[in-house]
Amino acid sequence: MPRGTLTKALQETSFYGAVAFFFVLSAFPFYWMVITSFKTNGDLYNVSNTPFWFNDPPTLEHFRYLFEKTLFVRWLLNSLIIGVCVTAITLVTALPAAYSLARMTGRNGEALGIGIFLTYLVPPTLLFLPLSRVMAGLGLQNSMWSLVVVYPTFTIPFCTWLLMGFFKALPVEIEEAAIVDGCNLFGAFVKMAIPLSLPGILTVVIFTFTLTLQEFVYALTFISASDQKPITLGVATDLIRGDVFYWGEIMAGALIASIPVAIAYNLFLDRFISGITGGAVK
Amino acid sequence: MVAIADSVPKPVARFRFILDRRNVLGSIMIAPAILYVLLLVGVPFLMAVYYSLSAYTIYDPSWSFVGLANFEDVVQDPVFQQTLYNTFIFTFGSQMLGLILGKFGALVLLRPFPGRKFVRALVILPWAVPIALATVAWQWMFDSLYSVINWTLIALGVVTRSQAPNWLGTPHLAMLSVIVVNAWRFFPFAIVIFLAGITAVPQDVLDAATVDGAGFWRRNYQIIMPMILPIVAIGLVFGIVFTFTDLSIVFLMTMGGPVGATSVLGFAGFQTGIVSGDVSHGAAISLFMLPVLFIVVVAMLRFIRRREV
Repeated sequence: MPRGTLTKALQETSFYGAVAFFFVLSAFPFYWMVITSFKTNGDLYNVSNTPFWFNDPPTLEHFRYLFEKTLFVRWLLNSLIIGVCVTAITLVTALPAAYSLARMTGRNGEALGIGIFLTYLVPPTLLFLPLSRVMAGLGLQNSMWSLVVVYPTFTIPFCTWLLMGFFKALPVEIEEAAIVDGCNLFGAFVKMAIPLSLPGILTVVIFTFTLTLQEFVYALTFISASDQKPITLGVATDLIRGDVFYWGEIMAGALIASIPVAIAYNLFLDRFISGITGGAVK
Repeated sequence: MVAIADSVPKPVARFRFILDRRNVLGSIMIAPAILYVLLLVGVPFLMAVYYSLSAYTIYDPSWSFVGLANFEDVVQDPVFQQTLYNTFIFTFGSQMLGLILGKFGALVLLRPFPGRKFVRALVILPWAVPIALATVAWQWMFDSLYSVINWTLIALGVVTRSQAPNWLGTPHLAMLSVIVVNAWRFFPFAIVIFLAGITAVPQDVLDAATVDGAGFWRRNYQIIMPMILPIVAIGLVFGIVFTFTDLSIVFLMTMGGPVGATSVLGFAGFQTGIVSGDVSHGAAISLFMLPVLFIVVVAMLRFIRRREV
């Protein structure tokens, strides 16, 4: 066999080996979620069974327990309510702010934009102590509404930055045409700029929603009542009785909560990246 | 004169006048966002600073000023020193591992192969899925009794059941475990950042280098790497900030244990400030994050400025 072919074969093998490595590394924990959530307890807690496949027939027992005997549906609902409210607050504040920043000329606009974006980097673990006192003062202690108040502190900066990019891409002439036709400046924003940046707005809605689903620190800090928890916190902390982890139920809940976020990210990934890198790649 | 003065103060007219002034309208439109952030980020931040300088606890909310006494208490505590050290190890270890995995992953995904789209979609998952939920899955994989990792090691004959590692119950292994989970969570992000950077490098630059005799590694490290450095730096800023201040992975997997071996700043601040109610010491612990955050943010601003020039 000529040496070139051998080298080529080795290269191909190591390449597909690398693909397989990344495939297993990324997917295995989720495969593990799926298989755990459909296994019977007898199958799960038997170390002599091969864990990678079903030894007993698959069961829906964990899902049934999750929906009927736990607060899972309530957590799902809480997360939905929080997501909708936070998205509304974010849109109402970030849309005009982003438009204003995009149309601001000179260094001021740029500096203000970066300043707002930097607040996205202020970590929850720096602010949770004072904010938990603020929530206590507002009477929102141990209530999911505290999260509705707090989550916009990171969704507004993030979405303002993201939307700014979209508005900058809109030609100013479109609004000028609207003004010539008798709109005032604000009217041009509402009637021209917003409808034309609907894809951007959709992106922001999706990401606000996923950011609220992913958040854990504020939820953990502010909420200890089971029926007020959002889904992530509920699944991760509330399906444990004493020292006993309900692994089947936990994995089933994690699976259900993960699927929509995973889909959303894959659909909107490119916009997310160009958002956080500030259009450094174009 | 008089007629003009009469017509101006109509409310509607004045309102329209504001809506037509570019700079006034601009300020009004940006005000709610800035106000929200100032009230719920700026003010709490100042409160955190003040808490750290006072004797405030949730049981005794006195605002008496104690100067740097809390910081002195905290610094002299050996448990805190361990925590600070752990935080650096945790951040450095997981970012290194994440970057290496990211760079290799990007190289792999750059080359077309059957099923690339599918693999790419799967590779994003660790970063997309809420970290608390993925962490719980890892915790189950590291379980002391039913760990699938140990099962595999035993089946392969690497260890026997009695010697099987207790991943989350042994200090060094527990640290390794939380580092691996955090690196696992960030490497898709690193891949995406690298990919975005590499695909933005103009093809003619690479072609010119190839014509001049630059091989694969040389193109990689002397052309691509310097060109994508700014965007990688921004990615790294995110990674460092969110890792250095993280709480969820340690909280869910090890609770800082065994005996404080995986306790990090965010977790220690939570334990002291929220669980024990000692707000002032908790705030002091949290504020130790500031110098690192500050350095990172300054570095990021310099990169952004360099981009503009």
